[in-house]
This record gives sequence, structure tokens and C-alpha cells, in this order.
Amino acid sequence: MSDDHVYMTLAEGHEDDTRWAYGTGFEDPLHGVDTTVPDGVDAAELAALCVALGDDALVSAQRLAEWTTRAPELEEEVALANIGLDLLGQARLLYSRAGQADGTERGEDAYAYFRDPDDFRNVTLAELPGGDFAFSMARLLVLSSWRLAHFQGLTASSDPVLAAIAAKGVKELTYHRQYAAEWVIRLGDGTEESHRRMRAGLRQVTAYLGELFDAYEARDEVLAVLRQIADVAGLALPEMTPGDEGPGRQGRHTDHLAPLLTELQSVARAHPEATW
Amino acid sequence: MVTVLGDARRARHIAEQVPDPELPMLTLADLGVLRGVEVGDDGTVVASLTPTYSGCPAMAEMRAGVAARLRDAGFARVEVRTVLDPPWTTDWITLEGQRKLAEHGIAPPGPAPRRASGPVPLTLSPTQRRVECPRCGSADTEESSRFGATSCKALWRCRACREPFEYVKEI
Repeated sequence: MSDDHVYMTLAEGHEDDTRWAYGTGFEDPLHGVDTTVPDGVDAAELAALCVALGDDALVSAQRLAEWTTRAPELEEEVALANIGLDLLGQARLLYSRAGQADGTERGEDAYAYFRDPDDFRNVTLAELPGGDFAFSMARLLVLSSWRLAHFQGLTASSDPVLAAIAAKGVKELTYHRQYAAEWVIRLGDGTEESHRRMRAGLRQVTAYLGELFDAYEARDEVLAVLRQIADVAGLALPEMTPGDEGPGRQGRHTDHLAPLLTELQSVARAHPEATW
Repeated sequence: MVTVLGDARRARHIAEQVPDPELPMLTLADLGVLRGVEVGDDGTVVASLTPTYSGCPAMAEMRAGVAARLRDAGFARVEVRTVLDPPWTTDWITLEGQRKLAEHGIAPPGPAPRRASGPVPLTLSPTQRRVECPRCGSADTEESSRFGATSCKALWRCRACREPFEYVKEI
């Protein structure tokens, strides 16, 4: 590769050549996109929706990244990291859109790093600790099925930017759901122990379905997918019970969100002006 | 006017030849992510790129690469814009791009899935996709992981020559 390799060009304009990574100071991922909020679209509502969907994605991505170096096999680590990366990308686009719509012109970092737990609007299912692999697959299945249904609906959004973000996300989420579905079947239809754990994981997750459907009604579609998988995997679907925890969409979270955000935000908050 | 048209053609050619950071055997034109190159009356070049995946970390490098190449070619004012609509699919990879992928041991994608509106169906039957081994040409291949070293690739292996290979998955 010649000395004008594209990675070299990134370092131009930075006087400190001791940088060890490319991390913050990203360009706006929506740079050059027509960001006008169309007439008839409630800008505050649009911003709130983008923040909520961005928070679901950011918090999920962080939980998925925690599997790196801990997953059963290298291939699964790679898969979970890839899925997390897709979600992180969706979060970046959604936060950028939120900052345009709410008129603050805040960038993505302001949303990800400089808000407190009470300001986050993710559903609480996303923030629960990783648990075992079966629980993580049950959660990924439910969250990706629900998000896929939601994004499919949003491809018809009257905001063209959100519609475009959703259209791209639908393709990615289809892969995420497929991955989770195959693992739920493999574990449900596997050994006695894997079956027991998969059932326990599904039971834990279904307690939070009510909160998801309060935020976006996709009950029929998500339950149809769950039933389809449960049939193949020989799993009985647990009864749906309302969760005990408050709704994350109102900013009421479990005790698990604050430590997650503390870790996620620690470097940015320790060095608020830093770019590297 | 003639100069502006000439400049536009030259600028487009330069932007088209920028290599993709993660699949460097492909140019941005081969990958199908370059949506347009225009030169304004004031000489500003506006190049439009579309991301492959929402989280594709190569977007920043692509933008930087296009801007740097154009500036090196004497275009003083360059702007690289993002275009999200319509979303990129693997169908945007040109035939030339597909040929180069195979030449470098990466199986090119088949046609991207076409979906009707409404709920996206979940297919649980085994993949019917026929992927030929880019090394020996055998169709006796199997998927080992749907996710690979970059967002756009899956891991496969060939049962005939026993070699693993990467495959640009349809999206």
C-alpha cells in the first residue's frame, strides 16, 4: 500500500502523533444529509423517539460487548461484537438525528457520554446484566424481533431521515434475529441442561415483554416469532407476566443501568475535551 | 462550462478509484458506495457516499480517503456528504467488484433478498444458498459463522478442498 493509504489521511491535522486509537471526535454520521424537520412532524416527539431507540441500541451494544473474551466460542464473540457494532451505528445515527430535531444541535457524544441514568430512556430489559449465554440469546431474540417490527414500521415515518435509518436497520436486525433464533433452538433442543437454561432465560425475558409492548405495540408479530421458535425448539413459552420494574421509557431504571453507564462514560467524563 | 464538466469527470474518476479500507482490492466505485460527484460553480467538489452498515467503522476512512485524493489532485475545496436513502445493498457491488472479490479468495454475494412490506418473515430452514469455494470452485461448502472479521462478511468452509474462506453476505 502506498504512503497515501487511507488510514494515514486520518492522522492529518492532528499534531499529536502518539495517538493509540481512533475513538472520539468522529465526524457527524449524518454529515451532508438534509436535516430539515418536515412540516407536520412534531420535532420534540421525533427527538424523544430517536433518543429512546438510540438508548436501547447503545445499552444493548454495551451488554453484547461484555461477551468479548467470555463467549463459549470465538465465532460467537465475533458474532456478538458485530451485532453490537451494528447497534452502536444505529445509536450514532439516531442520536445525531435527535440533536437536530430537538434544536440543541448536540452531537452523539453528548447523548452517549454526558447524560445521567435518569435521562436514559431505554427499556429496562436492555440493561439487565448479561446472565448466562441462554439468557443473552433469549434477550437478543426478543429485543431484535421487537426492534425489527418497530423499524419496519418506521420505514414509513414522515421524517425521511428516521425512515432511512430504519430502512438500513431492518436489514441488520433481520440477521440479528436469525442468529438469536438459531441459538434458542439449538439450546432448547439440545441437552437437558441447555434446555433447562434456555427455558429459564425465556422465562426471565418474558417478564419484561409488557414494557416493550407499552413502548411499541408489536405483540402479535413478536409472539408469533417466539411461538414459531418455541415449537421447533420443543420449548414451552412461559406465561407473560407484567414486570416488577418501572418503565425505562419514563426514565425509571433498574439498579443495573448506573454501573453500566459509569463504565461506558468513564473515559469521556475524565477527559471531557479529549480527542484521540 | 467545458472546464467544469472536465473537472467533474476528473473528480469523479479520482473519487471512484479510492480503495475501500477493509476490502482494499475494491475501489469505492466497485463497492457501489459512491453515489455522486459534482463540481459547483465555485469549484467545490461535493462527493456523496452511502454507508454499507450503520456501524461500519470504515466510513470515516472512506470520507478521509476521498477528500485527501481530491485535494492531492488540486481540488482545493472538497466536501464529502453522507446519503442514506436508498440504503446500500450488496446488489450495488459491481460485476467488476464481484470478480475482484473472487480473485482475492472472497466469495461474492448472491442477489440481495427482496422483501415485500409488512413483517419480515423468519426462515428457520437450512440455508439453500449455493456458495462456490473461491479457491477450488466446489459448491460443496458450508457456513461456519454468519459473522466475520468485518460487518459485511461471513465465514464459510469448503468441504472439497478443506479451506476456510470469507463470503460477502447478502444484505
